[in-house]
Amino acid sequence: MTVAAERAARPPLPSTLIMGAVVVALIVAAAIIGPWLSSYDPTVFAVRERLRPPSAAHWFGTDEFGRDVLARVLEGARYSLGIGLGATTISLVLGVPLGLLAAFRRDWMGEAIMRGVDLLISIPPILLGMLILAVTEPSLWKTVVAVGIVYVPIMTRIARSVALGLLAEDFVQAARARGEGAFYILAREILPNAWPPIIVETALRITFAILLGSALSFLGLGLQPPASEWGLLIAESRPFIEQAPWIGLAPGICLCILLVSVNLVGEGLRELLDPRLRGRGHG
Amino acid sequence: MAGYLARRLVAVVGVLWAMSILIFGIVHLLPGNVAYMILGEYALPAAVQALEAKLGLNDPLPVQYWRWFSGLLTGDLGQSLVMERPIAPLIVEAMGRSAVLAAISLALVAVAGIALGIHSATHRGTLVDRVLTLAQYFFIAVPEFFWCIVVILVFAAWLGWLPATGYTPLADGGVLRWAAHLILPVLTLVSGLIAHVSRLTRSSMIETLESNYILAARAKGVPERLVLRRHALPNALLPTITVLAVDVGILMGGIVVVESIFAYPGLGRLLIFAIENHDVPLLLAGMMVVTTVYALANLVADLLYAAVNPRIRYGRSVA
Repeated sequence: MTVAAERAARPPLPSTLIMGAVVVALIVAAAIIGPWLSSYDPTVFAVRERLRPPSAAHWFGTDEFGRDVLARVLEGARYSLGIGLGATTISLVLGVPLGLLAAFRRDWMGEAIMRGVDLLISIPPILLGMLILAVTEPSLWKTVVAVGIVYVPIMTRIARSVALGLLAEDFVQAARARGEGAFYILAREILPNAWPPIIVETALRITFAILLGSALSFLGLGLQPPASEWGLLIAESRPFIEQAPWIGLAPGICLCILLVSVNLVGEGLRELLDPRLRGRGHG
Repeated sequence: MAGYLARRLVAVVGVLWAMSILIFGIVHLLPGNVAYMILGEYALPAAVQALEAKLGLNDPLPVQYWRWFSGLLTGDLGQSLVMERPIAPLIVEAMGRSAVLAAISLALVAVAGIALGIHSATHRGTLVDRVLTLAQYFFIAVPEFFWCIVVILVFAAWLGWLPATGYTPLADGGVLRWAAHLILPVLTLVSGLIAHVSRLTRSSMIETLESNYILAARAKGVPERLVLRRHALPNALLPTITVLAVDVGILMGGIVVVESIFAYPGLGRLLIFAIENHDVPLLLAGMMVVTTVYALANLVADLLYAAVNPRIRYGRSVA
């Protein structure tokens, strides 16, 4: 088959993936070039401009200190994306090796890892995050680490179940017969074949991480004022909800759009990658 | 079944014991001096020492743990630092109020989620199914804390139909005022979960309806209503039971958020209060109670699953 024919035979990209990816890209772009999009400083008070409704000068209005809501929401996009990506990276970097190890070492070590996973999973996510953040001074990196730790067990479980399926495959048996070590088998044989379901899970996990990070900030356990993380912005808007609803609605709607679009990317990736998994006979 | 029940009970006790170590460990091992957290960073050294002595913070950690854990076993949850009252009655009172929220929400989620899911599955591809699928996407993604703001804005600020926040005890204000304070919190709690449950019920029902035994039932002329109720539903609902148990965990997290926004005096608000005021004994006790409830909810779900699914009911006891 020629290259062109092979391309034509490949299934088209799922529309959910394209839609989600476009919106996520727009939000990422807005987060990066945010300061140049808005002529206002997100932290400068302008007392005479306080609680102004949306207008040509202030597209999203102003808050109780006269700060431009659009400028603050744009800055907040960086926090939300940062927490989502940072925390998911942490859960990936810790969870996947643990999962592979638990699949490979099915003795006391694998057992210990999986019991630890069971234990962490038996605390609801928000409560585990609250517990980790409860006794330390809140800060950005602590929020990222706490959210990351919350999702380590799920990554471990997924990596383990994928690896268990692969360990029975002929090419792994062949590597074992060749006398390859555990590290070689896990890193060179299992990992390259395990990535599709892990990628899908990662994409979906980013949604949860953004959500959990902003919920913790909303509860006062994550970022602190004057940071403009979206959950925190929504929490701060509560006293002005009747007087100036735009202060809370703007970051809230942006958060929803981000969550829906990241979720669409995850679902799209699942559609794209799942048939290959089924073809291989392992789920 | 009895053997299975016994094994699961032992496992739950084991998890709870390990959980007590984990919760105690996280609170005491993370960087941050507990006495300074309580008194503030400018506290006088003498005051810090006095508090450390009062809380027994100078003892080795295992001793502190044992003091706390043996108290738990006898039902003594300790003394709240801020309120200077025994914790157990505080928690029992708050938990009762949270349980009301949780029970109403879970019942609504189970009934509405399953009903909508079945309707979607049996009317696949119709306009109603498409609208529901779109709505599911939306409601799953919207965070609870933002929903709270929206429903307060619409139903309390603009329409003025319902009180925005607060709580009226049943004895004080009568059923109507008590219920009025519950509607918005419950509405916020269930929206995402109904979407979640109905989506999974739909896909599980569709998978079941495409199976061969449903084809066989239809081929031998069983009426469609009976095909759905007798043949498809019991199998399609098995995954839903597991999902409902997972949703109890999500619901508990949601209750923390919702209670703090609607100023509803339940267990979630008590936990936030404990964190804000650095009331360590209250935090430990509250977390322990919440995880116990969650573990029991999962146990109930497992037992339900076993009761409905003969493969577990018989399979495990043979093995």
